[in-house]
Amino acid sequence: MPEIKGKKANWLKIESFIMKGRAFIALIFVLIIFTIIVPNFVNSTNLVVMTKHVAIYATLAIGMTFVILTGGIDLSVGSIAGLCAMMAGGFINEGITIGSNTFYPSVPMVLILTMAIGTFCGIINGFIIAKFNVAAFIATLGMWYVARGFAQIRSNGLTFPNLVGRPELGNTGFPLLGAGSFLGVSYSIWIMLAFMLASIFITRKLPFGRHVYAIGGNEKAARMSGVSIDKTKIGVYAISGFCSSVVGLIIASQLVASHPMTGDSYEMTAIAAVVLGGASLSGGIGSIGGTVIGAFVIGILSDGLVMAGVSSFWQQVAKGIVIVFAVIIDQVQRRLQERVSLSQQVEEKENA
Amino acid sequence: MFETQDPLNTIFPESTAQNTDDIILHAEKITKVYPGTTALNNVDFDAYRGKVNVLVGENGAGKSTLMKILAGVEQPTSGKLYLEGREISNGSIKEAGRNGIGIIFQEMMVFPNLTVTENIFTGREKRVNGIVSDKEQRAETVEILKKLEQKINPDQLVGELRVGQQQIIEIARAVSEKRKILIMDEPTSALSNDEVKILFKLMRELIASGVTIIYISHKLEELLQIGDTITVLRDGNKMASAKVKDINLTWIIRWMVGEKHTVKSYHQDRRIGEELMRVEDITLPRIGGGYSVDHVNFTVRKGEVLGLYGLVGAGRSELFECLCGHAKDATGKIFIQGKEIKSKRIDERISDGIILVPENRQVDGLVQTMSVGGNVVLSSLQNLMKGFWISARQEKKAVIQKVEEIHIKVPDTKNLITSLSGGNQQKVVVSRALLTNPTILLLDEPTRGIDVGAKAEIFQLVNELASRGYGIIFVSTELKEVISVSDRILVMSKGKITGEFTREEATEEALVTASAIGHELEGVKNA
Repeated sequence: MPEIKGKKANWLKIESFIMKGRAFIALIFVLIIFTIIVPNFVNSTNLVVMTKHVAIYATLAIGMTFVILTGGIDLSVGSIAGLCAMMAGGFINEGITIGSNTFYPSVPMVLILTMAIGTFCGIINGFIIAKFNVAAFIATLGMWYVARGFAQIRSNGLTFPNLVGRPELGNTGFPLLGAGSFLGVSYSIWIMLAFMLASIFITRKLPFGRHVYAIGGNEKAARMSGVSIDKTKIGVYAISGFCSSVVGLIIASQLVASHPMTGDSYEMTAIAAVVLGGASLSGGIGSIGGTVIGAFVIGILSDGLVMAGVSSFWQQVAKGIVIVFAVIIDQVQRRLQERVSLSQQVEEKENA
Repeated sequence: MFETQDPLNTIFPESTAQNTDDIILHAEKITKVYPGTTALNNVDFDAYRGKVNVLVGENGAGKSTLMKILAGVEQPTSGKLYLEGREISNGSIKEAGRNGIGIIFQEMMVFPNLTVTENIFTGREKRVNGIVSDKEQRAETVEILKKLEQKINPDQLVGELRVGQQQIIEIARAVSEKRKILIMDEPTSALSNDEVKILFKLMRELIASGVTIIYISHKLEELLQIGDTITVLRDGNKMASAKVKDINLTWIIRWMVGEKHTVKSYHQDRRIGEELMRVEDITLPRIGGGYSVDHVNFTVRKGEVLGLYGLVGAGRSELFECLCGHAKDATGKIFIQGKEIKSKRIDERISDGIILVPENRQVDGLVQTMSVGGNVVLSSLQNLMKGFWISARQEKKAVIQKVEEIHIKVPDTKNLITSLSGGNQQKVVVSRALLTNPTILLLDEPTRGIDVGAKAEIFQLVNELASRGYGIIFVSTELKEVISVSDRILVMSKGKITGEFTREEATEEALVTASAIGHELEGVKNA
């Protein structure tokens, strides 16, 4: 491709850079738009509320990022969050009955049990995908149904209300997770930050993280390099399940109640955040930082539309357009990158 | 290109021996460039009317690319096609079809979810008033199947048929299209001997009725049986063409694999030490019966380069898959430094000291989305840990050390792997293998698809590595390469080891002869 060189190559690099930074640009863009059309959009109360919403999306999307980096998809995150919310609600209000004995686990115990359940759901996803070679879409669609079904079975479709626990049972304090704060910043935001930092560390510094990227980039080459494909795949779905359980807990705690439809359709929001954050749905490309920015874009977009007085029907239209647009950009970006690397090759040859 | 002093190469004079009217399809100076490689380089090709025109060459020679261009699947970068003297452009497979050119693809393109009849008529359904007429289609299918002597139920789902039968369906479809020119890209790869006989009978009937066939196969004995003319491609260049009656098996192999330019010897004297690896009875069953690797035994010693030569399908790559842990059904014993290893998986074999540099760099070697450095360290992350995470310093050190050690030309190791040239990409895959501290290095065609200069560097590297005490098994289809680099050469044919030569004994003739063992048929003359 001798026509791509010099100035043109530089332009390609700039274009490609803009594409990579698209989440950040989109974030600035939505902030500016809403600052103009919504009076008092940027004030501390608004920002705190928005960030709390974002934290939930971001936590889900961080788990989803691992999955998408391997070239997979996890449709079950919203349902697992719902199941986990119901399990936690049940533990607090009804306890655990074994035979004729009922005991009430303490709140830390509730959290651990619930997270174990979410992680277990993820492991099942990963196991089915890795060992039986089932398409991720199908396996997690199955879990999407099953987890939501169990969430409703748990209470016969009813809400577990008033999850405050009883002092005599020693299980009070659950609402603190959603309402509490540290240094004036609510726990859910701290959790998001902790997950973000931990995940950045995992993706950059652990062999597991490298394996995730390698599998998404070229599964065959990864296998020939001695990467354990099955273990890594099970790992990413386990992480996604774990993140879903935490989101379920946070929502139940914020509402001080758990509803079987908790997290409904959140999987789509999470996927949208990941793709907006620069990840490629075919795997191998993307980052945790990008995903968090993508979650901010989605969160601010939803809240901003509400504050701008846009009807909820139009909100859906807007979100839909954003998601499709993001995928279009994803395709354009890939083509651009191919051209950039071709032009680099040409440059290299010319310099040689 | 040709060297006429070679007595074997009596090139038949195309311009005089054949009346040009007999050329139905003429391809002129076809060039096809893909990013990074030239698949075809100014290739001329003639197909003679009512003949079986055979095209041969090793993997990657450009046969399939040329066929795809003739059939309109791919467009040439430059060059022209003439059909009966008139220039045509096959912009799509449909347009080629209108020009009377049909193709049976190498990769089977049947619809397993449709019936035999539906498969044969997909895309050109017989219609009565716009509605598909099952009756007419079925009647024609029955007729074609009868001609092919196949007892296949036209209403059966194709997915339920044997692979060989599926291939017959594909042939039936192409035949029913009644093309003037029929391209067959390895149609017999999944057929039994009886089915091949029937196919050949049908092909003879077709050419008798004036159909022109362009035929590709790796089964050389078949070509001599069915072909009328033969064209040999190598590395995207046309090497030779001849009438089949004027040539023999050795001629084909010579043109397919024999290097005409000299490869300088890269072999250096070095001390060959004790035994590093011994394999006993390595066997890999083939799907559909027989063995891809048939009870193979050999040893590799310290500092030795063991060349492994054989034609496509001889079982070289399959043997490597058995050794590196990729072939799950492989049986046999492997001893490393006298100790039997029991591991099965690729990662376990790597820690036992056996690692493969795969043949197809793009498919099995590189992670295209990762950087140069990321690719280099991928197999040895465990060795770069500080506590429980990867030490950035150690990683950088390892990458820089390898990049310098084996001379990878890269401005910044953070650059994407795809920004490197083919030769440098190959070096990255080699350095990844070296970083695992292997005992045995399996190099499967490490010089494929890279330019001459880079090839020389790879040979140099192989030499250096052997001097440092690795045991190296080196596979190549290039005779001169194998002879130039190896201390000892094994020749494989049909899954068996059919020859073993020391460096002194190895001649091109001896290797070619050994590689053809099991390929001879009665009545085929062999020099």
